[in-house]
Amino acid sequence: MVIERKWKKWLYFYIPMAIFIVFTLFPFYWMAVTALRPDEELYRTWRQANATPFWTLKPTLEHFKNLLETTAFPHWLWNTMLIAIVSTVISLICGMFAGYALARLKFRGSEFLGTAIFITYLVPQTLLFIPLADIIRDMHLGNTPWALMLTYPTFLIPFCTWLLMGYFKTIPKELEECARIDGATRFGAMVRIIFPVAIPGILSAGIFAFTLSWNEFIYALIFMSSAEMKTVPVGVVSELIRGDIFFWGQLMAGALLGSIPVAIAYSFFVEYYVTGLTGSVKG
Amino acid sequence: MANVTIRKLNKIYDGRFHAVKDVDLEIHDKEFMVLVGPSGCGKTTTLRMVAGLEEITSGEIRIGERIINDLPPMDRDIAMVFQNYALYPHKSVYQNMAFGLQMRKYAKDDIDKRVREAADILGIESLLDRKPRQLSGGQRQRVAVGRAIVRHPQVFLFDEPLSNLDAMLRVQMRVELKRLHERLETTAIYVTHDQVEAMTLGDRVVVMKDGLVQQIGEPLELYGNPANRFVAGFIGSPAMNFAAVKISETGGALWADAEDLHLKVAPQLVDRMRAYIGKAATLGMRPEAMQPATGADPADCCFETVADVVEPLGNEILINFRAGGAAMVSRVDPAMRVKAHDKLRFALDPARMHFFDEASGAAI
Repeated sequence: MVIERKWKKWLYFYIPMAIFIVFTLFPFYWMAVTALRPDEELYRTWRQANATPFWTLKPTLEHFKNLLETTAFPHWLWNTMLIAIVSTVISLICGMFAGYALARLKFRGSEFLGTAIFITYLVPQTLLFIPLADIIRDMHLGNTPWALMLTYPTFLIPFCTWLLMGYFKTIPKELEECARIDGATRFGAMVRIIFPVAIPGILSAGIFAFTLSWNEFIYALIFMSSAEMKTVPVGVVSELIRGDIFFWGQLMAGALLGSIPVAIAYSFFVEYYVTGLTGSVKG
Repeated sequence: MANVTIRKLNKIYDGRFHAVKDVDLEIHDKEFMVLVGPSGCGKTTTLRMVAGLEEITSGEIRIGERIINDLPPMDRDIAMVFQNYALYPHKSVYQNMAFGLQMRKYAKDDIDKRVREAADILGIESLLDRKPRQLSGGQRQRVAVGRAIVRHPQVFLFDEPLSNLDAMLRVQMRVELKRLHERLETTAIYVTHDQVEAMTLGDRVVVMKDGLVQQIGEPLELYGNPANRFVAGFIGSPAMNFAAVKISETGGALWADAEDLHLKVAPQLVDRMRAYIGKAATLGMRPEAMQPATGADPADCCFETVADVVEPLGNEILINFRAGGAAMVSRVDPAMRVKAHDKLRFALDPARMHFFDEASGAAI
């Protein structure tokens, strides 16, 4: 029997873990503290007597109130939500079918197509926005949610396709062969057997796609011009920083509220999403 | 009538790999036909072509009078049991078994009746609400079989269904499958690489190698009269013993000679062996065809050797020794007292002597 030494476990496990947790969570803590801090605490120097940079003794919801009442934040939140959901749904549907085809159907050039899709994912958005801006203008979609709902899939579809292709490949092909013998068409077998079995993979692709479009900045910055059409990441940065004045309290309140939906989405599906990335199906 | 007729069936992958070559098979109604052979011999490919999961390069497959070459799997009226069971992991046992019937738009009561009937036959009524991952290997196997039998298909296809089970369970399921087949009286095609499974289950057995059918016959016929050296070596455990011999004629009799063997060719083989006088051939002897000499045996079918390794298995003893320049195994009565390095004298039953052509391997 191996005798576990307690100090070893502390040294190699608990202490590094604690350091890591503090390191990763500190920005969130800072964000929360700043959002709750009254203005007089925010705009005084750290060297002042009684300064408490790491906590506040007079928490206030004033910044949240200002944010919701004086800015278009509710609009931004709604826009972001709508755009993220629609573009995720579009991308998931395309990704499921494309991923299935690339994983299962043997057709001429299927491998080339797979690689080509991957390469499009590698093209940086900072380059792609130039031609896309042209297209958006020609189609008169600028400053409408559709500008983003249709451009986000340009990087979400390749992403979903690749993630799902990998997942579909882990599903034994006998499952669908059996379904086809049982009386399903190829399409029927895909919809009734493969998709339900792939739910962990589909959910994790969905969460990632949702997060990516929720946090997207460049396209949102370029294609949306009026204040109330903006998304949270762009709105917070462009409306709450005026010249060289940072409305820190409201900025952080906006960031905090903006990250809540993503955090909820993750925690809700965390189990699925772990199996989606790591795992296959056990018969 | 659900006989399956396979004519000149070929499968060529990507225009290069010829997996199945001109296979001709006639599987009778209600027959349990086993395809057996080493891996890569084309047996599974043949089965998958019958199932419609693999395109047919050339040839024809009929079930009854229907040519099914171009029918999709769902229209062939077959059911298949896969090696990994292929149970739908998100469906309960009941739903797994009902799926095929639902797809075929059976009435709800009818589905329920059939599923419960099949579950009863297989003894899995208590598992109907479980998910596949909550089942043991043997139970999954039963569900997979149950899913196949609910539809009352014309033909059952089995693709190595027992190879994922442990040895004990495999023997038990083998018997159950045989019993099930007798009860259901449905034509079955069964693929395995295990010759014991093939011999115990099959009404007839097809031995395949490199995409070619080597021999088709009843189990005992394959064992007693193998068509070639491959079948002789593949069927039977321990395998048939082979020795390279030279055929000669002395004193009106034919003799098979190797370094320490001098055996008289059995009378029933003499006519056929005459063509090989002065030439080489392969002598084949089943382990049980060589027994310790009693003294009453004619001297011209005996040989002497030294026991190498002795394997006392309880119901039999396997004696390993060398003779004719090859390692050989004999299966003897467990009452015999023998240890390693004992000098032994064996007598070969002349009626069970086999000869094979050196070059082609065909039985002479």
